[in-house]
Amino acid sequence: MKSPLFINKLISFYTEGFRAMTVGKTLWFIVLLKLFIMFAVLKLFFFPNYLKTNFKDDASRANHVRQELINKTN
Amino acid sequence: MNGLDASLVDWSRAQFAMTAMYHWLFVPLTLGLGLIMCIMESLYVKTGNEEWKKATKFWMTLFGVNFAIGVATGIIMEFEFGTNWSNYSWFVGDIFGAPLAIEAIIAFFMEATFISLMFFGWKKVSKGFHLASTWLTVIGATISALWILVANAWMQYPVGMEFNPDTVRNEMIDFWSILLSPVALNKFFHTVISSWVLGSLFVLGVSSWYILKKRDTGFALKSIKVASIVGLVATLLTAYTGDGSAFNVAQRQPMKLAVMEGLYEGKSNIGLVAFGILNPAKKSYKDSINPYLFKIEIPSMLSLLANRDINSYVPGIKNILNGGYKMPNGTIALSFDEKHLRGKAAIQSLADYQKAVQAKDTAAAKTHKEALKANYAQFGYGYIDKPEKMIPNIPTVFYSFRIMVMLGFYFIALFGVVLFFSSKKKIEEMKWLLRICLWSIPLGYVASQLGWVVAEVGRQPWAIQDVLPLNAAISHVSSGSVMITFFLFLTLFSALLVAEIRIMLKQIKEGPSEK
Repeated sequence: MKSPLFINKLISFYTEGFRAMTVGKTLWFIVLLKLFIMFAVLKLFFFPNYLKTNFKDDASRANHVRQELINKTN
Repeated sequence: MNGLDASLVDWSRAQFAMTAMYHWLFVPLTLGLGLIMCIMESLYVKTGNEEWKKATKFWMTLFGVNFAIGVATGIIMEFEFGTNWSNYSWFVGDIFGAPLAIEAIIAFFMEATFISLMFFGWKKVSKGFHLASTWLTVIGATISALWILVANAWMQYPVGMEFNPDTVRNEMIDFWSILLSPVALNKFFHTVISSWVLGSLFVLGVSSWYILKKRDTGFALKSIKVASIVGLVATLLTAYTGDGSAFNVAQRQPMKLAVMEGLYEGKSNIGLVAFGILNPAKKSYKDSINPYLFKIEIPSMLSLLANRDINSYVPGIKNILNGGYKMPNGTIALSFDEKHLRGKAAIQSLADYQKAVQAKDTAAAKTHKEALKANYAQFGYGYIDKPEKMIPNIPTVFYSFRIMVMLGFYFIALFGVVLFFSSKKKIEEMKWLLRICLWSIPLGYVASQLGWVVAEVGRQPWAIQDVLPLNAAISHVSSGSVMITFFLFLTLFSALLVAEIRIMLKQIKEGPSEK
């Protein structure tokens, strides 16, 4: 069957590619570390979505922003 | 502003500026170096000369280093939208969200697919297929940039939307006017092509280093030839699109242009300040102190650049705040006071509309909705209590603009001289020129960053021009938490930058011979 053969070739393409990397291995480590820090640390603990965290639905979010816009005027 | 900590706005701005500038260290090199490696691989496929393949693989390695370190650094700004700028994020969600979503999809599918073919496929696919993968990787990156720039252009010139007071969101009503806005198109070409300049400077500088070190000179000379041609063409096109940018600014953001020029009093047939030193004693648009200590003006040039008419009127800061002059579209400019009143009326209409809806008074709701729509163009002015707050920081914008333009002219001269000596096969002897090329690498980054400084500092106090200022865009988070994350990002990005420089230098020292 053609499909399994293609998938095997695709898997082999990537595994051989990753195995043959030299500087790429260091770069991948940096990429994965960076993504971990960004999403598992910074986003989780320091960058909650303010509206999604503090309001349960779109109607209440809209209401909050409306009040903010009305009240912020001088 | 009711209960809003002024330092919160400043820390949030500083954080966004810092993360944007760090992100912008990586993107232009991706776009510029990407183009150069595409050209070199095309030459390899066309000529069959393995030297071009060696050169391509070397620059591709550096491309990969920069790409890997820089990838996803832009996502940080999306985090900031959701946390620090929640009012803005909600207000523009329907407009901003679409381009950013398309950018993410294209980035993921196109670049991720073809970049792996580009790096892993040298011995696995045909020359033509590999070449196509290289081009499609870089085209994917460029298309990603398009969508971000469309979003930023909309902030400078909001079009194609209608404000819905029920959802409190700007809703997209005309996708094509957003995508094809003259500001968006010009910004895209100017930004991308200026990135090609940076990429060319990088290749030129690194190649010059090899010649100075008397190694891999064949590779270096080939690279210098390509970089100087690409760089010269790109710099000339950057100047052309830069002119387009200034024209768009004159038409749509007159305060930004006035500040770029340090212009307080407008007039017709007005000259362009080619070089100038601002007078630090000038503190207010109301005083009569000369704004310049020294200036060299090109007669009539500002009128020509701003309106394509040497006799046209260009307003200064005072005129924009006082209003009363005729604008390029033929209408008479409103004063700040008039805009402020209309803005307050629009905000009041929003409040009255809400009350009418809650009272189920459909007639009153319709009236207030129409009043809101009538004054929506000046909505943001309702949040600005003093005309002085309409003026961006003049020295920052004035000097940034001038340094950027001067560097642009320097790059034209540099690429031209290098191309000349390169074609005469004399460049190897010109050690002084090679050293200049090497030390010009950081100047490309300086010019690139200053362009964004002009664009973004020049649009202050606006998050969205005329519609939403920064003080209304911000979330009620503590300035302390923003300060903490500012320093966390500074640490993270600095570490990434140091890693990039170290890995790049290591690869450059190894050279192209083993690639």
